[in-house]
Amino acid sequence: MADKNEFLLRIITPDRVFYENRVDMVEFNTTEGEIGVLPGHIPMTVIVKPGILHISEPEDEKKAALHSGFAEILPEGVTILAEIIEWPGEIDEDRAKSARERAEKRLSGKAPNTDIAKAETALQRALARIEVLK
Amino acid sequence: MASMRDIKRRKSSIQGTQQITKAMKLVSTVKLQRARASAERSKGYFTCMYDTVNSILQRVGHIDHKYLASGASSKKAVIVITANRGLAGGYNSNVIKLVTRHPEWRKEDLEIYCLGTKGRDAFVRGGYFVRECDAEVVESPLYKDAAALCDRLLTSFAEGEIGEIYLAYTNFKNTVSHIPTLLQLLPVETPEAEYTEKETSAIMNFEPEDSEALDMLIPKYMTSLIYGALRESVASENGARMQAMDNATSNAEEIISDLTLKYNRARQGSITQELTEIIAGAEALG
Repeated sequence: MADKNEFLLRIITPDRVFYENRVDMVEFNTTEGEIGVLPGHIPMTVIVKPGILHISEPEDEKKAALHSGFAEILPEGVTILAEIIEWPGEIDEDRAKSARERAEKRLSGKAPNTDIAKAETALQRALARIEVLK
Repeated sequence: MASMRDIKRRKSSIQGTQQITKAMKLVSTVKLQRARASAERSKGYFTCMYDTVNSILQRVGHIDHKYLASGASSKKAVIVITANRGLAGGYNSNVIKLVTRHPEWRKEDLEIYCLGTKGRDAFVRGGYFVRECDAEVVESPLYKDAAALCDRLLTSFAEGEIGEIYLAYTNFKNTVSHIPTLLQLLPVETPEAEYTEKETSAIMNFEPEDSEALDMLIPKYMTSLIYGALRESVASENGARMQAMDNATSNAEEIISDLTLKYNRARQGSITQELTEIIAGAEALG
């Protein structure tokens, strides 16, 4: 058995296995707020909200922008089924910035048929992308 | 007996066809490899998704949830995944038959969502109501497209326009065996609870609550099924085409060898005839 302070983190997208490694801790944003998962967590399934995913590896730290999906947390490991997730290197900063402006404009503008929920998600995504790049 | 010229012409036309079928076979072999690799890459996601949703459903049992019961409408939406092109053996017609020959379905209850033009053509010809058709998505399946389709379907389900949602696609088992499959997407079939209580003595918690989690998980689950079906179908299409073209090439080979024999026989026949004529002429003179 490996070190007790580590657990297996798997991040799977529809097209590939995004990440698979033993880690110390993982933090991300869920519908119920931000959570940090350490080894030996109680079994839980949570729904992901757009935000930053922090991975603390024993020697390294990694960040990624996680947009939607859900996570299955078990004492011995965490599996994140992500519909959309990106490493910082894969993000187009200019695009994210213009997306933020667009979403902000749509939210502040009082057009009657604005899909508020959609615009908010778009804004959250853009913010997560920009934040990860910092 | 056909003349030498006719046989020769026929032979060269079949040789032309053979070249085409050979080339098409090579192309679909390459495409199959690619489609298969991507289908395998995405398999992990679906297996995991399937397991999770199933374990949730087993645990919650038969709760009252909008996605677990048929809608009021008797209409059924059927997503049919076919190819945009033919020449793939029975690939297209096998999927279509799943829908048209279904013992319990009536034509007027169905709304067809076609992915791939071959399916649309067949259903329009058969007098079915084709609600939507998307040809692009079969060429290069994107998760985004599956999600958009799923979204539209769920909206009409929520509005009571359709009561059930099905998916007809071709399951890619291996290179030579592709199984046309009909899958019920909504209402989600609750798996018979296997209360074996094996190693899962640990109780899964949900944040948010069960029914809210289902609200969000089931659309994702459906999307992933549609997307997975697309990937499998594309692999099957290329596999089926490869097989069909392989058969066509070897058939052409057979016909060509047959014609070569006939051609040689005809040539020999004409030589013999000429000789007999010359000899007969010489004898008459002598």
